[in-house]
Amino acid sequence: MKTFTYEKPATPEAAVKDIDTSGAKFIAGGTNLLDLMKLQVETPDKLVDISRLDLAKIEEREDGGLTIGALVPNSDLAADRRVVAKYEVLSRALLAGASGQLRNKASTGGNLLQRTRCYYFYDTAAACNKREPGSGCSAIGGFNRILAVLGTSEHCIATHPSDMAVAMRALDATIVTLKADGDRRRISIHDFYRLPGDTPQIENALEAGELITHIELPAPVKGKQEYRKVRDRASYAFALVSVAAIVDVQDGVIASASLAFGGLGPMPWRNPAVEAALVGKAPSDAVFEAAATALLADAKGYGSNDFKIPLARRTLIATLRNVTGA
Amino acid sequence: MFGLGTTNSLTMDKPHPDSLLDTGVQGVIGKPLDRIDGPLKVTGTATYAAEYQFANMAYGVLVGTKISAGKVVSIDVDAVKSIPGVIDVVTDFDQFIRVSAQGGATDAPTQGVKDIAFFGQIVAIVLAESFEVARDAAARLPIEYDEAEGQYDFAAHRDETRTPPDDATPAHFKQGDVDKAMAEAAVTIDSTYVTPSQNSAAMEPHASTAVWEEDGSLSLYGAYQMPTSDAQQLAKSLGLSEKKVRIIARYIGGGFGSKLGIAPESVAAAIAAKQLGRPVKAVMSRPQVFEATVRRSNTEQHVRLAADADGKLLAIGHETLTSNQPTEDYFEPAGIGTHLLYGGENRLITHEVVDVNFVLSGSMRAPGEAVGMLALEGAMDELAEKLEMDPIELRKRNDPKIDPEKDVPYSSRNLTRALDEGAKKFGWDKRQKAGTRREGEWLIGMGVASAVRGNMMMESSAKVEIHPDGSATVSSAMTDIGTGSYTILAQIASEILGIPVENITMSLGDTNDPPAAGSGGSWGAASSGTAVYLACEMLRGKLAKAAGVDEDGLTLKDGNAIGDNRSTPIGELVGKGFEATGHIKPGKQEKETSQAGFGAHFAEVAVNVITGETRVRRMLGSFAAGRVLNAKTARSQCLGGMTFGIGAALTEDLIHDTRTGKLVNHDLAEYHVPANADIPQMDVHFVDERDIHANPIHAKGIGELGISGAGAAVANAVYNATGIRVREFPITLDKLLDQLPAV
Repeated sequence: MKTFTYEKPATPEAAVKDIDTSGAKFIAGGTNLLDLMKLQVETPDKLVDISRLDLAKIEEREDGGLTIGALVPNSDLAADRRVVAKYEVLSRALLAGASGQLRNKASTGGNLLQRTRCYYFYDTAAACNKREPGSGCSAIGGFNRILAVLGTSEHCIATHPSDMAVAMRALDATIVTLKADGDRRRISIHDFYRLPGDTPQIENALEAGELITHIELPAPVKGKQEYRKVRDRASYAFALVSVAAIVDVQDGVIASASLAFGGLGPMPWRNPAVEAALVGKAPSDAVFEAAATALLADAKGYGSNDFKIPLARRTLIATLRNVTGA
Repeated sequence: MFGLGTTNSLTMDKPHPDSLLDTGVQGVIGKPLDRIDGPLKVTGTATYAAEYQFANMAYGVLVGTKISAGKVVSIDVDAVKSIPGVIDVVTDFDQFIRVSAQGGATDAPTQGVKDIAFFGQIVAIVLAESFEVARDAAARLPIEYDEAEGQYDFAAHRDETRTPPDDATPAHFKQGDVDKAMAEAAVTIDSTYVTPSQNSAAMEPHASTAVWEEDGSLSLYGAYQMPTSDAQQLAKSLGLSEKKVRIIARYIGGGFGSKLGIAPESVAAAIAAKQLGRPVKAVMSRPQVFEATVRRSNTEQHVRLAADADGKLLAIGHETLTSNQPTEDYFEPAGIGTHLLYGGENRLITHEVVDVNFVLSGSMRAPGEAVGMLALEGAMDELAEKLEMDPIELRKRNDPKIDPEKDVPYSSRNLTRALDEGAKKFGWDKRQKAGTRREGEWLIGMGVASAVRGNMMMESSAKVEIHPDGSATVSSAMTDIGTGSYTILAQIASEILGIPVENITMSLGDTNDPPAAGSGGSWGAASSGTAVYLACEMLRGKLAKAAGVDEDGLTLKDGNAIGDNRSTPIGELVGKGFEATGHIKPGKQEKETSQAGFGAHFAEVAVNVITGETRVRRMLGSFAAGRVLNAKTARSQCLGGMTFGIGAALTEDLIHDTRTGKLVNHDLAEYHVPANADIPQMDVHFVDERDIHANPIHAKGIGELGISGAGAAVANAVYNATGIRVREFPITLDKLLDQLPAV
């Protein structure tokens, strides 16, 4: 861990002003950043501690949606009665992630910003374009069991590890930020994450020093919700494949569908073609197959993660059967 | 015996049918007493190696190589010495140990770190005034290498094998003609099983705090299982006389074999402390534990079974390939259990080694059996299936009366009883044909496997003192690595001396106390337990004499010596105090009988028909391991072993990048030991048994019996659930997926 300086501002406005060097970082729960600092994967020269800012409330808005403070701990968000009742997929996704201790520490905003768990990203002796742009990608041609099959590039095949963010994507969340110049932004989660392309070190739309202050969920939508996570052990493992599904069936026809996927891509994955294959159709295995085909049309395995493609197909179909009752 | 000094020695040349543990009336032997070290551990007051504090102590962080083969050209010490707080960087290309020592070795392990044998080889230690500064400097220390080609792909080199020298297990064993039997038999199985490298993943990382005393001797506070031989290894590595090295290992946060021999941090800390003239603490990081201590070797095991139509085995072939560094003799004895588990006239059990540039291969819980039985017991399940015979019946039909290779009787053997009693408790009769039981999305199956683990005794000694206040102290260089040694040794002393357990002070883990073999190979209870027994036997004689009663007429209970209608507090009989040392050595019984613990594992698993995820639903271990000294700690040992078995069957897989030799998953996030949620309701049943050939306390080893066969029961249950036989461990979902029914 490189020596760093430490600030603990009292307000979000002060916090964004404290991020005054390119080597400064916000720290909230620290459940990911501290690990990476110990390994010298992240080497900030300054930490701006936002953990005590007044951003830990969950509030209902007039439009029926929820505004979640960026510092709400994952465990609190998962247990919130409004979340449990109306956004079940989110509560389930949160509880499927990490461990009890980590969920108590991890913040909502920080969860969105988790770095990949790619083995080679963590290994400073390995080439990694995300950690050290231009050094190459050790995962391609290496061991890549947990890595991506969708949205990859020749420069990076990392996956985004969050479960929460997958549910947030299915729920059409909006990320509210405060910029260093005092401006506020609202960014749809669909515009928030970036594909690796040839700049895998850029993972999201945040500008330097921009602070996530809140996450907004729109008013609850109709439909049955499910979060299904497939993993190598029963707890405390990252998703090999996960599916967040909100599907409404009316009069025997799928009226609406919202599906997001974890473990498959560099970001919580959502593809409108999957939903288009479902909406307006009577639930059936043939329709589900078509949805899976739409999801995986461009999937590319890298050897040890090839199994994710059939696994995703099977998991999606089974999830759709559950939520449609077909 | 009496008047011959203060040592009571026994060589186990004859059976020992009488035991003071049967005639003692204190009534604590076998009782499920809580661990006496438990409160210290849960309150954080048990001091582990990394927790000792000394004035002026420097913090050391080890530096491992970033390549897997070649040479270190130079280390740019000056580049980090300017970092504030850095004291120095210490290295010694000749004296630093390259690999950990193997358990029980009395020589130094391979020394010299200029030549690089594997990724992460420890080549330097950075010393600083704080741990954080040392870690930062260690990460930034520039090392120049001359890189060479290495062997990182076991499969690619599997045909280039060498035959290692015989160990406790012979590298090659042949009896009769397996090929001929295979050609002639009614039913045969010919399968190859593959198991991955594994790491013990003990909770406490390897750690040493080195302090040089004024008399030029070294005190090393270490996390070591076998202090007596560890001190010898350390002395040889440092060029010191054995008398000049003291190891203190009061508490050890799990070892599972990984702490049998000294690891590189000990020598590095000692050399650095000497050079700085300050105490030095060196704690390995989790990746360093994975990269630079010891692994269980991966294996490839070719198993052949030939049987007649009634399931009687005619031949067993178990030919194994494992891996290690070219300079290292150790081989994973994967065929070890096969020597004595089943009958069968024709036998071939071989071990060949493939050279690799990986971290040292060495002992991990039940070396040999743990992985060997994944193959043997899987093949037995295949044979039962082929014969359309219940797998328990098949095993019972091949339960030999005498050792099939040595032609000697077993010291005690209750495999059939363990199978039968376990089957009844588990509800084995509800098992259905493979691939036929389903509950919703889950395919349900049951599996069974035998358990066997060779029983060992090692030369050990212990001193017991009785004080004038009637309390006692037991001291020995034995260790408690989390198993319950503190408690069972106190129970043995209590039972024989009639002194309540709470009045017995235990002192373990210090080489200043009488030497002992320590904890390893499940020999701790039998070896150190017998040493304590012998010391107490002698003290009992002294107490009888002091009380003026016949030894046979003496009853010791609740702190009193009772005889001739008199009851005298024990403390009043000992004057200024009595002491005796017990000393046990293995003897002819080891050759005249075949000694092992036996048992049976039962598992019920659910396999998700969509995803292939396997979850164990319940498990039962049924064990015959001689006398149970403490029902709670014995059960916990078995549960721990069974949990290891679940990990071996389903999740644990130490992966090397075949391009670089680097460990891909060197931490607990991606090296998957079972989490709590993976461990279901588990039960342990003990078959009532005594072993009079093993030792005077009639107990056999238990810590490793619990793992031996456990994973095979899980794997066999996966087969029973799905009809899919996976022969490459661990059974992760991707290995089932393409054979599961279409969705």
